[in-house]
Amino acid sequence: MGVKLLLEKANVPGIRTYDVYRREGGYVTAEKALKEMTMEAIVEEVKKSGLRGRGGAGFPAGMKWSFIAKPEGVPRHLVCNADESEPGTFKDRYLMEFLPHLLIEGLLISSYALGSNDTYIYIRGEYAWVASILEEAIIEATKNGFLGKNILGTGFDCMIHVHRGAGAYICGEETALIESLEGKRGNPRIKPPFPAIQGVWMRPTVVNNVETLAAIVPIIKMGGEAYAKIGVGRSTGTKLISACGNINKPGVYEIDMTISVEDFIYSDEYCGGIANGKKLKACIPGGSSVPILPANLLLKTAKGETRYMNYESLSDGGFATGSMMGSGGFIVLDEDQCIVKHTLTLARFYRHESCGQCSPCREGTGWMEKIIQKIELGKGEISDIDLLWDIQRKIEGNTICPLGDAAAWPVAAAIRHFRDEFEWHIQNRALSQTSNFGLQHYADPIHVPA
Amino acid sequence: MSEQTLFKVTVDNITIEVPAGTTILQAARQIGGAVAPPAMCYYSKLEGSGGKCRTCLVEVSKGSEKDPRPMPKLVASCRTTVMDGMEVKNITSEKVIDARAGIVEFLLLNHPLDCPICDQAGECHLQDLSFEHGKSSTRYEFQRRTFKKHDIGKHIQLHMTRCILCYRCIFVADQLTNKRTHGILDRGDHAEIATHIEKSLDNEFIGNVIDVCPVGALTDKTFRFKNRVWFLKPMDAHRDCPTCSGRVTLWNRGDEVFRVTARKDEWGEIEDTPEGKPGWICNTCRFDKKHTHDWVIEGPREISRHSVIAQGHYAGNIGTTLPTETFKAVNHGRAPHLLMDIHNESEVNLPSVHLSAIEGPSHGTTFNNNSNKA
Repeated sequence: MGVKLLLEKANVPGIRTYDVYRREGGYVTAEKALKEMTMEAIVEEVKKSGLRGRGGAGFPAGMKWSFIAKPEGVPRHLVCNADESEPGTFKDRYLMEFLPHLLIEGLLISSYALGSNDTYIYIRGEYAWVASILEEAIIEATKNGFLGKNILGTGFDCMIHVHRGAGAYICGEETALIESLEGKRGNPRIKPPFPAIQGVWMRPTVVNNVETLAAIVPIIKMGGEAYAKIGVGRSTGTKLISACGNINKPGVYEIDMTISVEDFIYSDEYCGGIANGKKLKACIPGGSSVPILPANLLLKTAKGETRYMNYESLSDGGFATGSMMGSGGFIVLDEDQCIVKHTLTLARFYRHESCGQCSPCREGTGWMEKIIQKIELGKGEISDIDLLWDIQRKIEGNTICPLGDAAAWPVAAAIRHFRDEFEWHIQNRALSQTSNFGLQHYADPIHVPA
Repeated sequence: MSEQTLFKVTVDNITIEVPAGTTILQAARQIGGAVAPPAMCYYSKLEGSGGKCRTCLVEVSKGSEKDPRPMPKLVASCRTTVMDGMEVKNITSEKVIDARAGIVEFLLLNHPLDCPICDQAGECHLQDLSFEHGKSSTRYEFQRRTFKKHDIGKHIQLHMTRCILCYRCIFVADQLTNKRTHGILDRGDHAEIATHIEKSLDNEFIGNVIDVCPVGALTDKTFRFKNRVWFLKPMDAHRDCPTCSGRVTLWNRGDEVFRVTARKDEWGEIEDTPEGKPGWICNTCRFDKKHTHDWVIEGPREISRHSVIAQGHYAGNIGTTLPTETFKAVNHGRAPHLLMDIHNESEVNLPSVHLSAIEGPSHGTTFNNNSNKA
């Protein structure tokens, strides 16, 4: 059984309300932090915890906090990135929907540590009902003196504002989020300057993911060093994984990063195996942007070691034979799924969500979608595969924001690992419209317990 | 004058000292020639422009003297400031050339290539860019994207299909006019320049969007389909204008003024006035003063002899810069880069060889023999 830090109380009836959350030991950590700890001490604890950003990039949160500029007389801001739009990722929604006060407590502690008197939650527009839950929770917390002026008599003022997005994936990128929060078109800014120097309204800003900010509560509660002992290596603490696809038990699971991928997929505690007794074909371990892995590379690394659900192990082997932890959107594909069709879906998504600011992403994503669609419709040529490879290579790394990379990686990985399936699609045009390539050599190599 | 910190920066093995805060692109432009990266969206006179088209990507092979690590990705030179001791590779980097060829391909992907009927042809930055860095064929085999036509007023013609979304016209409207009425609608590959809803651009200085547009997306309606730019004689002229500097270039044929533009420098940007301000011109000067008697003509405008605009004119007639300078003068004092010393390969042009002394047809061996004797 894994350690549960975030979702420990998720099943308590009525935990969404302040009274129950408080009765279950909520806001005790906030009291401790505000009354007994200095700002620097909190940042120090977060640094010690080794907490890595849960939004996808995995940048150490404590380090990010220490970068924030502190000019005299300029307000600083904390922004909570709740624009969770990555296909396959829905962990933040679960957290905000069932434990809104946990996020608010985390935000309060973080705001205190960073000196932010106006803290924003930028929530995805489609999460309209979650935004209402958060707003209700903010009202409750304000009534009970945990938000507003002079919190707990410490003289610290903090207000949390919920801002709803308008349905753009790109606004999950921190500078685009800031632009959108300011009321402008959500175009990513050109960096430098980084948000830690000039963020919202040109003021120093820290943008963190929902899960990162919620994890501040257990870190302060148990201490940074104790938190760092959970997990393995530089992957400390627990991580929420939103598992979906062809599995028996899709849902949000909290893991402590010492569990192997195989256990995660097949154990009854988590995904419960592949649905309908099928075999595992491939998996995207960290949300749609990260490279897809065939079953044999997913369960074992290229060196033949067991792959674990943590930052280092999932990215073992680089992009050639590995993937990334990403935002924890665990998408499982069984033997009936067509990789070409799957890649088309992702390519279409990224074409639709490109902001259109820089040319490689604006033009390249559309081009890739058209070529994959051509292949999927049985009109492709063998040369199209090399063309696709060349296009993704020219997008990757040449764009303003990571969306270009996120659009290029899934296509690159699909060609890298499933080139024979693309070729089969092109060579068997009529057949590919009705049946599937199947498993072939990247099939599930392990014995599935009956 | 306060002391400015000078940073040493090396671009393509040529070192130059520039003040701190200069961008790599500006430093490279000071060196000039092929070392300067192309820029489609960056416009030095417009604050905040640049970083979008990605044609100016360069490789930073050494970050600075203090931190010599190379930068992991190619960087947009227009928005990256130099550090002391920075080493930049532009045309000497394979990665840059490859990436730039990719960008040109992306930019041309949905471009209609209607140059034969485009008023911008001849002074189009995208033409120059694809000529220098692009390929002669395309790998794109799908229908190019088209847009619904929008009328944006009596002066300016919008061709959205030609647009490369450089955002320069947005910055012009933001920084030169009181109220911006146009902007980017939609996102991704269907993003377009438009007004909301169907407004016309009518501000005294909005005509400058025509000058900043790198392609033929925004053109002058009073000049539309009237003439090709290379048939016209550019003349520097000025008038006493109450709203703007009044310093313009007239594009004449005979005594007829076909169009009026601001004066542009060698990078295609607006020249500064003698007072040091950008020489934007007003709509009255641009669209209404179309007679030579409206203007005081200063003389022919100098056009680089490499430009197509200089073609078809007798040298000196329109101020074509003649290649009379020595190579060093053209290169701003730099010695020419010798890619290959011909003397190592052949002795054909050795001064000691007298062609008249050779009997019969000469061969390579003739010269080698000569030099061996000498």
